[in-house]
Amino acid sequence: MSEIQFEIDGRQVKAVKGMTILGAARNEDIFIPTLCHHEELEPFGGCRLCIVELEVKGWTKLVVSCVYPVEKNIIVRTRSKKIDRIRKTIIELLMAHAPFAPDLMVLAKEYGADGDRYEKDPSFCIHCGLCVRYCDEVTGKNAVGFVDRGINKEISFIPEIAQKECDDCKKCFPLCPTSYLQAAFVLTKALAFAPSQPVLSEPESFKKKVTGE
Amino acid sequence: MPRLNTPEELECFRQKILSGRDPDKPCISICAGAGCIACGANEVIEAFALAIKDQGLSAKIDTRGTGCPGFCEQGPVVVIYPEKICYLGVTARDVPEIVSQTILKKKIIERLVFKDPATGAVAVHEPDISFYKAQERTLLCNNIKIDSRSIDDYLAVGGYMALAKALGSMTDVQVLEEVKKSNLRGRGGAGFPAGRKWEGSRNAKEAIKYVIVNADEGDPGAFMDRALLEGNPHSILEGLILGGYAIASHEGYFYVRQEYPLAVENIKLAIEQARDYGLLGKNILGSGFDFEVIVHKGAGAFVCGESTALMTSLEGRAGEPRPKYIRSNLRGLWNRPSVLNNVETWANVPHIINRGAEWFNGVGTDSSKGTKIFSLVGKIRNTGLVEVPMGMSLRDIIYEIGGGIPQGKKFKAVQTGGPSGGCIPEELLDLQVGFDELTKAGSMMGSGGMIVLDEDTCMVDVARYFINFLTDESCGKCVPCREGLRQMDKILTNIVEGRGKDGDLELLEELSETAVEASLCALGKSAPNPFLSTLRYFRDEYEAHIRDKRCPALSCKELIAFYIDPGKCRACGICLKKCPVTAIDGDKEKIHIIDQEKCTNCGTCFEVCPAKFTAVIKTSGAPVPAPIAQEKRMIIKKAPKKAQKKADQNE
Amino acid sequence: MDKDRIDGNIELNTDQVIDGNIELNTDQVIDRVIDRNIDQDIDQDIDQLIDRIIDNYHGQASALLQILLDIQSVNNWLPGKALARISEKLEVPLSRIQHIVTFYKAFSLVPKGRHKLHICVGTACHVRGATRILDTVEQATGIKSGETDLDLKFSLETVNCLGCCALGPVMEVDGKVHAKMSPIKTSKVLKTYG
Repeated sequence: MSEIQFEIDGRQVKAVKGMTILGAARNEDIFIPTLCHHEELEPFGGCRLCIVELEVKGWTKLVVSCVYPVEKNIIVRTRSKKIDRIRKTIIELLMAHAPFAPDLMVLAKEYGADGDRYEKDPSFCIHCGLCVRYCDEVTGKNAVGFVDRGINKEISFIPEIAQKECDDCKKCFPLCPTSYLQAAFVLTKALAFAPSQPVLSEPESFKKKVTGE
Repeated sequence: MPRLNTPEELECFRQKILSGRDPDKPCISICAGAGCIACGANEVIEAFALAIKDQGLSAKIDTRGTGCPGFCEQGPVVVIYPEKICYLGVTARDVPEIVSQTILKKKIIERLVFKDPATGAVAVHEPDISFYKAQERTLLCNNIKIDSRSIDDYLAVGGYMALAKALGSMTDVQVLEEVKKSNLRGRGGAGFPAGRKWEGSRNAKEAIKYVIVNADEGDPGAFMDRALLEGNPHSILEGLILGGYAIASHEGYFYVRQEYPLAVENIKLAIEQARDYGLLGKNILGSGFDFEVIVHKGAGAFVCGESTALMTSLEGRAGEPRPKYIRSNLRGLWNRPSVLNNVETWANVPHIINRGAEWFNGVGTDSSKGTKIFSLVGKIRNTGLVEVPMGMSLRDIIYEIGGGIPQGKKFKAVQTGGPSGGCIPEELLDLQVGFDELTKAGSMMGSGGMIVLDEDTCMVDVARYFINFLTDESCGKCVPCREGLRQMDKILTNIVEGRGKDGDLELLEELSETAVEASLCALGKSAPNPFLSTLRYFRDEYEAHIRDKRCPALSCKELIAFYIDPGKCRACGICLKKCPVTAIDGDKEKIHIIDQEKCTNCGTCFEVCPAKFTAVIKTSGAPVPAPIAQEKRMIIKKAPKKAQKKADQNE
Repeated sequence: MDKDRIDGNIELNTDQVIDGNIELNTDQVIDRVIDRNIDQDIDQDIDQLIDRIIDNYHGQASALLQILLDIQSVNNWLPGKALARISEKLEVPLSRIQHIVTFYKAFSLVPKGRHKLHICVGTACHVRGATRILDTVEQATGIKSGETDLDLKFSLETVNCLGCCALGPVMEVDGKVHAKMSPIKTSKVLKTYG
């Protein structure tokens, strides 16, 4: 494997070809914040928090470090005014959904983010996709997935699968940065899991149960 | 069905088709494009068939339902060959007369020919019509000449000549070089040089490569790809085969949005016909080159116009763009080198091979070569598709070809590039259209949508419209786009609904920066453009909304009000009858009053009030005058007063 | 009444208050429960239909989208049961299918009305007053975009461009384009559909 040398925040670091900037930085104990990254999973590039400044042959650009592969002689800066500004906005945007998520609160302090900047829209999920991807890539159960798109995108358990698989697994629970996942699971369990008799045989009574009428 | 085994056989076959056709035989071409069908083109086609049969002329006259020639404003469009007499707004009722007068007696029917709305000048023949005169129709010109469902028609106008030339006398590298030399830039959005994209794929080591047509035309207000797909599908297919040959790919894809069922059908038919003739499949024209094409329907997602999202969708998954920093011409569909170009880009390729890169370079500006099709829509007289050489000024397109703004209104801006583009104000009307020129002005070429906005259009509302469009069309994967647009939409909606506050613009700018810099794909990176460009040129409108709660264009529903000027109202009762919410009070000879509590600002009264009265007033940012006192509401008709009124209006 | 709509947004009063004062919206979870209830009305026919369509594509998982589009076009909507069958036959996880059918606009997870109303809200129509047409239709039918009324008479959708920009604002009913609409004209057109 060929070794690649480059610079992060003024330090010369070594990495192996194919590694991402984030991976190389972590090896050197250089901290870059992320919300959607996980060692065992394919890079997702969703939260964009790990954005860094990259200088190649005199040209500067912004890239997200969890996806960008290391190259020889590049110069990486993990903090700058612009990067901090972007991270602050991202954190503030997410805090409109999950104002009390511990990770976000820590980041908010670091970047001076104001959690009340935007009108609250408490759906809790920040769409990091850790649960969905872990359930697909690692456990292979696919009990939870994304639905819809754009601002309507959500995560959703598939009741038929979740009923069979989740109680014994729950490996995704600790991954969730906002603890929304657990709530979604409990809700699905309460509302959509088949009781002793299949739901389909008694839709009316079931509907009543749901509406609480 | 002949299988054509060599370029020579193709040429012989073409000659056979041509020799069977008499160029002087009258032929009636009727546009069967989406716009004209909506105006009754199918009935017109039927009426022609019937009239011709009735008069026993079937052997003497050909009729043809064709693709869209672009002049949608005055559809259905009928062109009679060989004279190229052009009739507009034809109905089935006109058909017997056309046959008996124009076809048989060569008499022109005055009422159906084009009259210039500005000058009143009459144009009988298609090339003389001002809408067409200034155009240079390389790609669109065949639409009205061929039945899009007939490969023989396409061959008759020189179709597949470029393919024969390439396979018969050029190496694949020569084809690539020709496209590179032509400086053809992608017509779908960013304008990346096609030749360079192709070269990257060609040089990649993988054995399997793909060429893909992006026919997921999603820009609201752009329909040139539809016209080409429906009207001349073989031209795109020929370009695609040439592309496959140039980069040594043997598999091509058409990604067509399912909202265009006719396009899907015509492309599928074209592929079948080409296969039957041996222009697709194994050993095309005896050259040893194999090529197959698959049609894939898009299921309705604007983001799939983004190249990596389109490829993800082709693989059978939700169309989310890929986060990787590697070009799709190196790792695209199924991680293999894939050249993806837009419909119009592919349709240019046969012309470049036929006429050479030099010819192509002779048209356009330094950095933008060839012609470009724009869909000229909105507040414009001659709505339709226009194809012009790059470098023509916006003013010429809008006024020369488009005929200017209807109803005597004032031009305000032109929006180009769809949701990723921006608005260009009047002071920049002399801007030459080209990729770099439009980008510099804060907009972009995009796929070529050109929406003309007049003084009645609110620029804040336009920005809100596009941002709102994108909140739903974003894939939702990355935060700057999904969450940033969500907040931008909220803030802009507040502004147009009169809840804007100080600091909103700064906040919007901050969100824009984050989206531009940090979004995952081009959709998010360009999403703030409609806001940024309108802010750049129309900041005063934003400020009027925020500070004065006033919409200068009198367009934002929550910021306007209607009232009736008691001095002008003649109590005609029209608005009273038409008001959908019965908010108008009045009677015969009793001046009408709008109940502001009940009024929903739908504007119906404003529209129906006769022009001689114009008593309904639209206002914004100022309180509505108190209604006229009850005792003064009766109109006492006196002759002198009437005369006075008339004099007032004549002024 | 919101409660009476069959659509993507059935509103039931089950919002639970968790985590302090913030309400969690449970609509989505409930929607899918209700979808499953409707499923039982579907004939066995659908299984055969699905198998036939899948065979057309030689059972290739990459053709998933095309298969779903074909089923949507023949059956008019995609019952939950159909999705389960496709998942099983193509060996594609149900979670992925669920993402696809909610991601793309062409798919519907509820039955559609007899008349399909498409209001073009493309830019050209927008600047010519499409919003007013949409308002009128929403008022007249009592449903919002993306919804179907309880009698299954109308399904209302907004579309981004029908390619008839010269004729805007445009309303399409069951594939027929009605050009240059005004609120008054719209009401008249709607009345002709019984």
